[in-house]
Amino acid sequence: MSRILQPASERRAETHPLTWRLHDDASPVLFAEYRDTGGYAAVTKALEQHTYESLTTEVKGANLRGRGGAGFSAGMKWSLTAKGDDVPRGYIVCNADEMEPGTFKDRLLMEQQPHLLIEGMILAGYANRSKQGYIFLRGEYHRAAASILRALDDARADGWLGSDVRGSGWDFDIALHTGAGRYICGEETALINSLEGKRANPRAKPPFPGQSGAWGLPTVVNNVETLCNVPGIVNHGADWFQALSGERSSDGGTKLYGASGKVLRPGLWELPMGTTGRELFELAGGMRDGLTLKSWLPGGGSTGFLLPEHLDLALDFDTIGKTGSRLGTGLITVVADDQSMVSLTRNLEEFFARESCGWCTPCRDGLPWSVKLLRALEAGTGEPGDIELLEQMARDLGPGKTFCAHAPGAAMPLSSAIHYFRDEFERGITRPRGEAHADPIPVGSI
Amino acid sequence: MATIHVDGNDYEVEDSDNLLHACLSLGLDIPYFCWHPAMGSVGACRQCAVKQYKDADDTRGMLVMSCMAPVKDDAYISIDDEEAKAFRETVVEWLMVNHPHDCPVCEEGGHCHLQDMTVMTGHDRRRYRFKKRTHRNQYLGPFVAHEMNRCITCYRCVRFYQDYAGGEDLGAFGAHDNVYFGRYEEGTLESEFSGNLTEVCPTGVFTDQTHSDHYTRKWDLQFAPSICHQCASGCNISPGERYGDIRRIENRYNGDVNRYFLCDRGRFGYGYVNRKDRPTRPELFQRSQRGVAAQGVTLMEIDEALDRAADALRGAKRLIGIGSPRASLESNHRLRELVGAECFSTGIEAGEFERLQRMQALNRDSGVATPSLREIEACDAVLVLGEDLLQSAARLALSVRQAVRGKGVELGAERGIPEWNAEAVKTIAQDAAHPLFLATPEATKLDAIATRTRRAAPDDIARLGFAVAHALDPTAPAVEGLDDATQTLVGEIADALLAAERPLVIAGEALASLAVIEAAGNVARALARRQKAGAGLTLVRREANSVGLGLLGGESLDWALAQLEQGEADGVVILENDLYARLPAAKIDAALDRASALVVIDHQRTATWEQADIGLPAGTFAESDGTLVSLEGRAQRFYQVFDPSYLRPDTRIRESWRWLHALQATLERQPMTTILFDDLTEAVAGAAAVFAPLHHAMPEAQFRIHGLKLAREPHRYSGRTAMRANLDVNEPRAPVDLDTPFAFSMEGYAGYREPRREVPFAWAPGWNSPQAWNKFQDEVGGHLRAGDPGIRLFQDAGAGEASYCDAIPAAFAARDGEWQMIALPQLFGGDETSRRAEPIQARMAPPAVTLNDADAEALGIAADDPVTVSFGDTRITLPARLGRDLPRGLVALPQGTLEPLVGALPATLGWGRVALDTAAADGEAQA
Repeated sequence: MSRILQPASERRAETHPLTWRLHDDASPVLFAEYRDTGGYAAVTKALEQHTYESLTTEVKGANLRGRGGAGFSAGMKWSLTAKGDDVPRGYIVCNADEMEPGTFKDRLLMEQQPHLLIEGMILAGYANRSKQGYIFLRGEYHRAAASILRALDDARADGWLGSDVRGSGWDFDIALHTGAGRYICGEETALINSLEGKRANPRAKPPFPGQSGAWGLPTVVNNVETLCNVPGIVNHGADWFQALSGERSSDGGTKLYGASGKVLRPGLWELPMGTTGRELFELAGGMRDGLTLKSWLPGGGSTGFLLPEHLDLALDFDTIGKTGSRLGTGLITVVADDQSMVSLTRNLEEFFARESCGWCTPCRDGLPWSVKLLRALEAGTGEPGDIELLEQMARDLGPGKTFCAHAPGAAMPLSSAIHYFRDEFERGITRPRGEAHADPIPVGSI
Repeated sequence: MATIHVDGNDYEVEDSDNLLHACLSLGLDIPYFCWHPAMGSVGACRQCAVKQYKDADDTRGMLVMSCMAPVKDDAYISIDDEEAKAFRETVVEWLMVNHPHDCPVCEEGGHCHLQDMTVMTGHDRRRYRFKKRTHRNQYLGPFVAHEMNRCITCYRCVRFYQDYAGGEDLGAFGAHDNVYFGRYEEGTLESEFSGNLTEVCPTGVFTDQTHSDHYTRKWDLQFAPSICHQCASGCNISPGERYGDIRRIENRYNGDVNRYFLCDRGRFGYGYVNRKDRPTRPELFQRSQRGVAAQGVTLMEIDEALDRAADALRGAKRLIGIGSPRASLESNHRLRELVGAECFSTGIEAGEFERLQRMQALNRDSGVATPSLREIEACDAVLVLGEDLLQSAARLALSVRQAVRGKGVELGAERGIPEWNAEAVKTIAQDAAHPLFLATPEATKLDAIATRTRRAAPDDIARLGFAVAHALDPTAPAVEGLDDATQTLVGEIADALLAAERPLVIAGEALASLAVIEAAGNVARALARRQKAGAGLTLVRREANSVGLGLLGGESLDWALAQLEQGEADGVVILENDLYARLPAAKIDAALDRASALVVIDHQRTATWEQADIGLPAGTFAESDGTLVSLEGRAQRFYQVFDPSYLRPDTRIRESWRWLHALQATLERQPMTTILFDDLTEAVAGAAAVFAPLHHAMPEAQFRIHGLKLAREPHRYSGRTAMRANLDVNEPRAPVDLDTPFAFSMEGYAGYREPRREVPFAWAPGWNSPQAWNKFQDEVGGHLRAGDPGIRLFQDAGAGEASYCDAIPAAFAARDGEWQMIALPQLFGGDETSRRAEPIQARMAPPAVTLNDADAEALGIAADDPVTVSFGDTRITLPARLGRDLPRGLVALPQGTLEPLVGALPATLGWGRVALDTAAADGEAQA
């Protein structure tokens, strides 16, 4: 179970729009409590005061950037979605396939406060003239599934879903779809294929899902956290949202940040967008067991490794982007000095190689080769040229060279690990067989 | 048009293309795998990367996949850029990571796109030093062999099999570097087009199993441009021969007809050429009287055979000839010359011949032209009356499928997605389809893509057609007594045809129903009167040269039999025709028994051959030159692939027309003259106005390029000096081909730069696979630069002013205790020659009798029960097949596969009786 580590007393509606209702005991916020604490007010407001266009404009104005990791403006995405009287109503799909290594934020929101997501989806559905919503949920999140199913029933029973939503004459419903366990389903077009019952291969773009998505209809795919931000924006306005991050970042709102790895207190915190890595690191209590920070991933396995010196950077999309890494999901993974970068990278690349859909060559055949090279380096059987080959592959797995962003994401930790910790990789070649990492870092220590 | 700048040169290209397509069309080489000219781009393999620059000043540029990059005017790209080259080399290195590098034992070797592309990219050092991933292979039936370890995961196979051809039993399984292309379990591939996998697969995963059984490398095969003889579609093929046997049939590109794809009957049905029991010497049969088995057979030399045949025929008081719709125009014409036009029978049963002539007339005066197979792909509404196209003209069905899919292309275009962006078009298309209406007695596999299907008896199918014509044009005769559901369907069909720009009506010979053909004719005429200039009428004929015979004219087979039976004629020459496959044996026997001289010219040992006094061994398509006319009226030449007597000196196989020429000279006691094929074609061209275009349709024997004949063999052809060493250590001169511009040799022109229409095999430097066709086309996937082979003999269908047919049949009514019998075409086993090929026999469905399950229940018949069907003089017991779709009152029998059991079915099966064979059923129960 993922937990928010800020006590309830510190979380307030105005400053912690995502988590202020959450209970310290992590029990879910049920329908009655949610409704009695201002829940679904945004839907009422939208139905009464907004057209789908004005709602889109409001969200666009808030500069809500996609919390799934790519950081694309949600309002922009909505405004690019085909809608109008002559366009058939399509779908709003919640990307809840949270499989990014080191990421567990959507899970918290869905397990403990599913109504916020449902409210966000209703609003997104209204803004995009969708006829139906789908929550594409990671299959292993069975607790979240139970929580969502109950919430959908309760919301439907109270008229927030189904035909004629709260007497507005507008029809909209949401269905839960649990995935079968593929990381690539987090890629929005692969998700749509999977939702349609097809192989989870990404689709060629254009057409973008907003033009031709699920079953050929206009489809908006948004991350859980992104959608959970929408009720607050509708309730309090774009300016309020923008102000949440203050001077810290040009990106608005709060962010559900997290830390995992060898920190004292791994967990989640809702903080203003643009909080620095150091603040987060310190909230997590710093390193445990007297370890020293060696490196960190800013937002999941598909982001590039950073060094301790990067901790003072603001954790927002643009700032982290300038380092050559990415903000990603904003949940940092902390690496201690007793961990082998080779083993860690190998472990990540094994994941990415396994999760390749098999559509395009670099990803399908390049990643497994990189894994084998990393295993060789790990075992001390690396050969001269292996590192250069890995670097070349990391380049050739980069953006524009592959069909989707999966391989470029996989290339990020690889290229950054070699860039910052080349000596660890070189030990896999220079040392005699089997002794590569005997000193100082034990092999397999990840 | 757009101007693009490629490595410093400027080119004019189509702006609707992608860069890969445009560059390949310019003759520039970019390696590729997942892209296919008929299937478009999907951006999976990443092999075709090139550098694209923002403008003339941009020096950095960025890599793009040329297959996914639309042509833009004033675009600057580089193929030779070092980064692009390095990336392409890396991609092929990745593709080869798990490849077994088994070229020496791989049957794709020598015509392998992967080999070609690997060489093209310059990848020649393997850096991958780890263990390779391996797969298990599957048994996929008698046609296609499977070796998954060679797979480079380009997804072409499933894209062809599922998206292009509509198959469902081959798919992609697994993920990451463990993607598996196969069936969910071992078993025969169900698609009628599975053989194309061997050509769309860029490597040796899917190879030709029939080729494997007598394997020869492509470079060691001798080829000729040929035409498939297994149905009337007129697909162009490249048969390859070695040591006197046809080893495989490869697709031959014709931009108007089959383009890249063949059906499995055409590709794998060649085995009859290689049959060991084929007559190879003239045979003289000794028998006491006709109708009994010959007591002895004497093999003869040619001169003796001609003398004896002439003597026998001279003894006859009147001589007639029976031609054949599976023989060439030239052979049939030569027979007609021998016996005289008034004594020439086309060898086609009277009813079929009448329908054939009716179809001919509609092609002339319906006002609606016959589209080519390629034009069909662009049709936007299709009505099929009576034909299960997958059985009667399978390649045509594949074109119809593309027509239906065309709706997705249209929807894509509306949103700026070009046709070549295949997956994007698929995303937009979803289930969108151009309307397809199928009216057949039985369920068909095309039903899956049909807008509406109607199951009906032949007369009701005709009535539906007549009613559609009336709905289109009220001056067409109306159909009385249609029920509401039918009336609604009629309205829907008429609306769809009217809404379309290029509506297509298809009917044909499948149900042996003149009414169905007339109904299609009325629909065509109505469309013509509604000014549908883009409308098409496709009339499916049964055999490879049915149309040619219809144009040549003559009497029916029934007439010929009557002539003999009535003693009007007693000498007969039968050309490449097994009469016993056309009419019931009793009828044939009654006629042949009265013949005093019976000469049969054929390449198969048929039941008719067994009745001959003298049998003359003819060449098949592989050993002859000739011309066929396809169902779209396209006269196409097939060329002799090899000289059978070079390697088998004992053989006396000759082209049928050569036998007939010699026989005529002998008969008339004229000195034997040399006959050249061109002279013969001239004679045919002069025989009727419709044949006049044959004058300049094909290159004449004197055609040369750079003074050279055209090579039938690739320049790497090996072993020629040794291949006859078992007979004689002295190598004789290679056979000389006086009839065509082709040489039985690797010497001669084999290039692609000089335009030529008739290409024995596609090869260009660096391009050994079928993708070498790129080099012969005006643009890739377009037409051959020199023009597509063949010439249309009829295209103008008049103004459609001929009057409507008003012979509307009464509605079908089921009878008590009697069933209307219909014989339905079969792809495998349905034609006289390919059913003699073993791989086809392996795919033939065991004959069964199909009846409606309610009828069956009423008769106490369960599935697989032995059922005795009797009609006319025919009585046969077959296992029952229950068809939920077949209308009550009908019984369906398979056409073609039944004949070997009972002989030919009567032309019109009429009404018959059906009963459970209780004796057999009891016996089975006891067993």
